[in-house]
Amino acid sequence: MIVEARGVSRSYGSTPALREANLSVAAGEVVAIMGPSGSGKSTLLHCLAGIFTPDSGEVWFDGRRLDTLDDGRRSELRRTAFGFVFQFGQLVPELTAADNVMLPLLLGRTRRRHAERRAAEWLERLELADLGGRRTGELSGGQAQRVAIARALVTRPRVVFADEPTGALDTLTGEHVMDLLVGLAREEGATVVVVTHDARVAACADREVVVRDGRVSDPYTTGAAR
Amino acid sequence: MTVPLALLGLLEREPSHGYDLKRDYDAFFGRGRPLPFGQVYSTLGRLARDGKVTGQSEPGDGPDRKRYAITPLGRQEVATWLAEPVAAEPYLQTVLFTKVVLALMLGRDAAGYLDAQRATHMRRMRELTEVRRGGSLTDALLADHAMFHLEADLRWIDVTQARLGALAEMVRAS
Repeated sequence: MIVEARGVSRSYGSTPALREANLSVAAGEVVAIMGPSGSGKSTLLHCLAGIFTPDSGEVWFDGRRLDTLDDGRRSELRRTAFGFVFQFGQLVPELTAADNVMLPLLLGRTRRRHAERRAAEWLERLELADLGGRRTGELSGGQAQRVAIARALVTRPRVVFADEPTGALDTLTGEHVMDLLVGLAREEGATVVVVTHDARVAACADREVVVRDGRVSDPYTTGAAR
Repeated sequence: MTVPLALLGLLEREPSHGYDLKRDYDAFFGRGRPLPFGQVYSTLGRLARDGKVTGQSEPGDGPDRKRYAITPLGRQEVATWLAEPVAAEPYLQTVLFTKVVLALMLGRDAAGYLDAQRATHMRRMRELTEVRRGGSLTDALLADHAMFHLEADLRWIDVTQARLGALAEMVRAS
């Protein structure tokens, strides 16, 4: 398993968001986390990605305990081993598409010329070769999400975490964005964990789990569906 | 296909006359399409012939004074049917609804059934996604049509899952 949550609980004040949640994701797998609003699915993703620390339980990444690492080492892991795609891209609107894609490389001290070349390659793979010089604030929602995918994959992450990556897009644009995300992640051998409430998005994954009231239900391991 | 199993399920709840079965079927599953008496009795006749119900004649007036009871074979058939997800196809509303209500009525695992059904639907969604990606535009449009219908079922499954407690109370109270 490359990513694993073992009995993870997390509360916001007195409100429990996750209750002893378990999830194992194999390397190269694409897994969708589904569930109603407020069920805890985004909290689970944030715990798996080392953004949140669980109140109890364990989070493992590639044979290493993630939740007990100090902030610095977790940040480094997020920068080097993980890629992120969020619902609204979270791009820097004043920067160009190419600068946004380069950003994680420059933060990782890649030389600028090399970073420029890598960013250009990834923009081309995301069918954005002509838009590299455009500020991301001027792009359409679908174009901005494709820039976000390029930024997530440019560091060759082991795992891409995506939180409602098509939530703000129409059906056709959303499908295109998901096809690119999943297709390119597979080409790169990256694992994808995607949170979504959309069955069409989840259908792009190898399997789905459902979070209800902070607990994970996995029909493929409980045997209910086989 | 659903009517014999729904009648069997109602009989598992308690032995009944044909008239009472029709009344309960219409109340829970008829939805404006009441079951003709003729179909009730012909179905019960076939179920009796196949050993899934027994009919005990009772003295009295009226066209049918038989009291029907489910047999172990009939009970087994209901159990198998309620545990099995339906093949993921459009227009399943009637059968999905019937299974959930009967499962609640008989104290079976309705939530487990909904989870299994959800997984079956999602598996079909994945197959159709592959068709959409790899097929011609016509194939993709046909796959889209099927997926939008399955999506509607999936939304219904989620909403029903969330309302299962209230539905169980309603079914047990009626």
